[in-house]
Amino acid sequence: MNIPVEGFMYPNEVELQWSILIVLYPFITGLVAGAFILASLERVFRVEAVKPTYRLALLTALSFLLVAPLPLQLHLGHPERSLEMYLTPHRSSAMAMFGFVYLWYLMAVLLLEIWLDFRLDIVIKSQTTTRVTRLIYRALTLGSDNISERSLHIDERLGYFITVIGIPSAFLLHGYVGFIFGSIKANPWWSSPLMPIVFIFSAMVSGIAAVMLLYMVTTRLRGRDIDIRCLDKIAQYLFYIFMIDFSLEMLDLLQRVYEADESFRSLDFMVHTRLWTSQVIIQILIGTVTPITLLGLTQILKLTEAARKRIYALAGCLTVIGIFAMRWNVVIGGQLFSKSFLGYTTYKMAFATREGLLTAIALLILPFIILSVLVKLLPPWPDAGPVPAPGAIEPRNQLTPVLRG
Amino acid sequence: MDITRRRLLILLPAAAIAWKFVQAGTPESSPNYILAEHWWGMLIDIPKCIGCGSCVRACAEENDVPDGYYRTWIERYHVADWKIERPEVESPNGGKQGFPPNEIGDGKNFFVPKLCNHCVDSPCTQVCPVGATFVTPDGVVLVDKSYCLGCRYCVQACPYGCRFINPKTNTAEKCTLCYHRITKGLTTACCEVCPTGARQLADLKNPKDPIHDFLKTHTVQVLKPHMATGAKVFYNGMDGSVR
Amino acid sequence: MFKDVEHLVRLAAVMLIALVAFVVLRAAVVPRSFGQYGHYRGAAIAEVAARPIAFAGHDTCEACHTDVVDQKKQGRHIVLSCEACHGALARHADNPASVTPPKLDTAVLCARCHEANSAKPKASPQVVTADHSGGLACDTCHQPHRPKIDTQPATKPATEARK
Repeated sequence: MNIPVEGFMYPNEVELQWSILIVLYPFITGLVAGAFILASLERVFRVEAVKPTYRLALLTALSFLLVAPLPLQLHLGHPERSLEMYLTPHRSSAMAMFGFVYLWYLMAVLLLEIWLDFRLDIVIKSQTTTRVTRLIYRALTLGSDNISERSLHIDERLGYFITVIGIPSAFLLHGYVGFIFGSIKANPWWSSPLMPIVFIFSAMVSGIAAVMLLYMVTTRLRGRDIDIRCLDKIAQYLFYIFMIDFSLEMLDLLQRVYEADESFRSLDFMVHTRLWTSQVIIQILIGTVTPITLLGLTQILKLTEAARKRIYALAGCLTVIGIFAMRWNVVIGGQLFSKSFLGYTTYKMAFATREGLLTAIALLILPFIILSVLVKLLPPWPDAGPVPAPGAIEPRNQLTPVLRG
Repeated sequence: MDITRRRLLILLPAAAIAWKFVQAGTPESSPNYILAEHWWGMLIDIPKCIGCGSCVRACAEENDVPDGYYRTWIERYHVADWKIERPEVESPNGGKQGFPPNEIGDGKNFFVPKLCNHCVDSPCTQVCPVGATFVTPDGVVLVDKSYCLGCRYCVQACPYGCRFINPKTNTAEKCTLCYHRITKGLTTACCEVCPTGARQLADLKNPKDPIHDFLKTHTVQVLKPHMATGAKVFYNGMDGSVR
Repeated sequence: MFKDVEHLVRLAAVMLIALVAFVVLRAAVVPRSFGQYGHYRGAAIAEVAARPIAFAGHDTCEACHTDVVDQKKQGRHIVLSCEACHGALARHADNPASVTPPKLDTAVLCARCHEANSAKPKASPQVVTADHSGGLACDTCHQPHRPKIDTQPATKPATEARK
C-alpha cells in the first residue's frame, strides 16, 4: 500500500473506499432513468415524433437496469450477504431504501410496461415460432393468449397508467442515487440538497443522448433510413434538458464559491489540481459546453440533414462522456480530499482486479449484449420485417408494421 | 519446572482472578453487567498527552488491528501564531512509534489522540443499509462483523475518519471502546497503558465516575461540534485549530 | 368480462407468489435476535464482548507483584500501570509459570516517553537521550520502578530478582 499523499490525511482516509465500479453505478442508473423518461415522452406527453424510439428506449432502460446492481455487488466485501438489504433493510439508510426503489422500478414499472406493450407480439410469436423459442414465448404469455380488442385496450390503458407512475418512479430512482451522496453531511463535496436534482437532470441528459445514439446506430446497422424528424425532436429535448442541467450545476458551483465555507479552500485547490482535467476540461468544457453549443447551433442555423446527423452523433458522444466524467468527479473527487481539509490522496485504478478497469469495461459492454438479446426476442422496430436485400433502394416502412394496441 | 509453596501462593490468586474473568463471559450471561446501567464515553486531556504512542500500540495488540489501519491514532499539531486556520498536522504511522523530535519556529505544538467518538446520533449507523453497525444500549458504537456487507457507506459517513475496512475480514471495523474489557470491569487497553492519564474511560451513568467532577470544573469540547453527532469523547484543553 | 383481464390476473398471481415466497424466506432467514434491542442482531453485542483480553489490567498484576507496587509507591512511576511498559500480559496472568514477560530494552522504551519533543507538555520530564546518556541503557543508572536516583542504591524486589 503505497499511495501518494499530499499534506495530512486522517490515517484511515488514505485508502479510497469507492472505486470506478461505484462511478459506473450512478452512470448506468442515470442511463436507465433517462431512457425511460424519453420513452414516456411519447406515451404520456404524446410527442408523436419520438415514437420510433419508444420501444427501443424501454428495452435499453431494461438492459441497463439489469446491469445496474452488478457493480455494487462486485464491490461489496461480502457479496453473498447482499440479500440482507431486502431482509433487514435499515429504514434510515438511503442505500437500503434504494434497493426497494430499484425493485419497484424494475418489477412494477419497467417489466410490466414492457410486458403489456409487447404482449401482442409475444402471443403472436408463441403461435408462429417453434421449439425452444416457442417455449420462451409461451412462458412469457403466462398461459393466456387472449388478444381480443378489449383485452388490448385494457393493456393500453393500464400501460398508460404505469407510465404515468413510471415518470416519478424514474425520478425517484435516480434522485435516490443523488441522495445517497447528497445526504452525507461528513463530506462537503457531496453534501448538497441540489445533488438529487442535478443527478436527475444529468440522468435525463445521458439517457436521452444514449438512446439517440443507439437509435442512429441500430437504424444504420439494419440498413434503414433514420427518421430525421424524430432525431430533431430528441436533439431538441436533449438541448433543453442539458441547459437546465448545466444551469443547476453552475448554481451549485456559484453557491459553493460564494459561501466559501470551511471546506472551500481545500476543495477549490482540489479542483484546480487533481480534478482539473476530469472536471474542468472533460466534464465542463468537452462534455457540457461543447455539446450544448453544437446542439444550440442546430436549433439556430438551417443545416442540412447530413450535417445535423453528424452534429447530433458528435454531441451525443460528448454528452455521454461528459456525464460519465461528472459521475467520476462526484464519486472519486469526493474521496480525494481529507475530511480534515488539510490534505489529498490519490486514486490508483487497478486493471485486472475485481474492482479494476477491466471489470468496468466488461460491465459497460454487458448491457449492449443484453440489449442485443432483448432486441432479438422482442423486436422494437416500428418497421419490423425482413431486411431488404443490400443495394435495394428502400421506400420507408412499407412492410407489415406490427399492430400496436 | 518445580512448584514451590511460595510460587503456588503467587499462582493461586492469579488463577482465581483469571477464572473470574473467564466466568464473567459475555455481558448477557454475566449478572455483574447490566446494559442499561452504563453509558460509555471517554475523556481526552490534551495537555497531558506526550505522544508516546502506547495507546496506538496497545490498541493494535488488544484488538488485532492490521498494520496501516487505526482504531486510535495520535496527531501532532504545529500551529503558527499567525496561522491558526492552517495548522501543520502529521501522524506518521498513526503515531504508533511515537514522533521524531520537531523544533519548528514559533507557535505551539501539541498532540491530539483520536478514536471513535461513540456518537449518540452517529452518522455511520444511520447509513448502514442492513443494521450491521449500531449503538448499543450502553452507548457504544459496534460493528457486527458476521452481518456487515462491506459496502463501505459507513466509512464515507464518519466525519472523523475512524472507520476502515479490515482487509482480512472485508468488513467495516472501528474502535469498540474495548467492549470486551469494559463489560468485564476493566478499562480500555489504551487507557490502561496511557502513562499520563491523558485518556480516561468514562461511564456517564455512574454517579461515582470522576468524569462528573471533571466536567463540572473544566471546559471541554468535542471534535467537529457542527456535525451534531452527539460525540461522547470529550476533549479538555483543545485548541481551536484541531479538526 | 373476466376473459379479457385473465392475463392480468395471472400476472398478479405470479407477483403474489413472489411476494409470499419473499415473506416466507424472510421469516426463515433473519437471525432470531434481530431487533432485540434495535435494528441489529442483539446477539452481536455478546459476541463482541466475548473476545478474550490481551492486557490483564494492573489490578491483576498487583495481586501477585505486591513488592513491585511497594517500590513503585516510592516514585513518580506509581501512576503507570505495569503493562504500559511490560506489554500485554493476560496470558502470563492466566499461566504465570509457562508464559514469562520478555526482558525490556530500556534504551528504546524509556525514550518513547522521555525523549525531548517540543509538542510534549513542559511539565513532562524530558531529556535529549544522545546528550543525556549517549545511548547507554537507562537502567544502568535508573531503576525503572523508582526512577529517581538517590544516594541509597535501590534493592531489587523479590519477584523481579529471580529472572
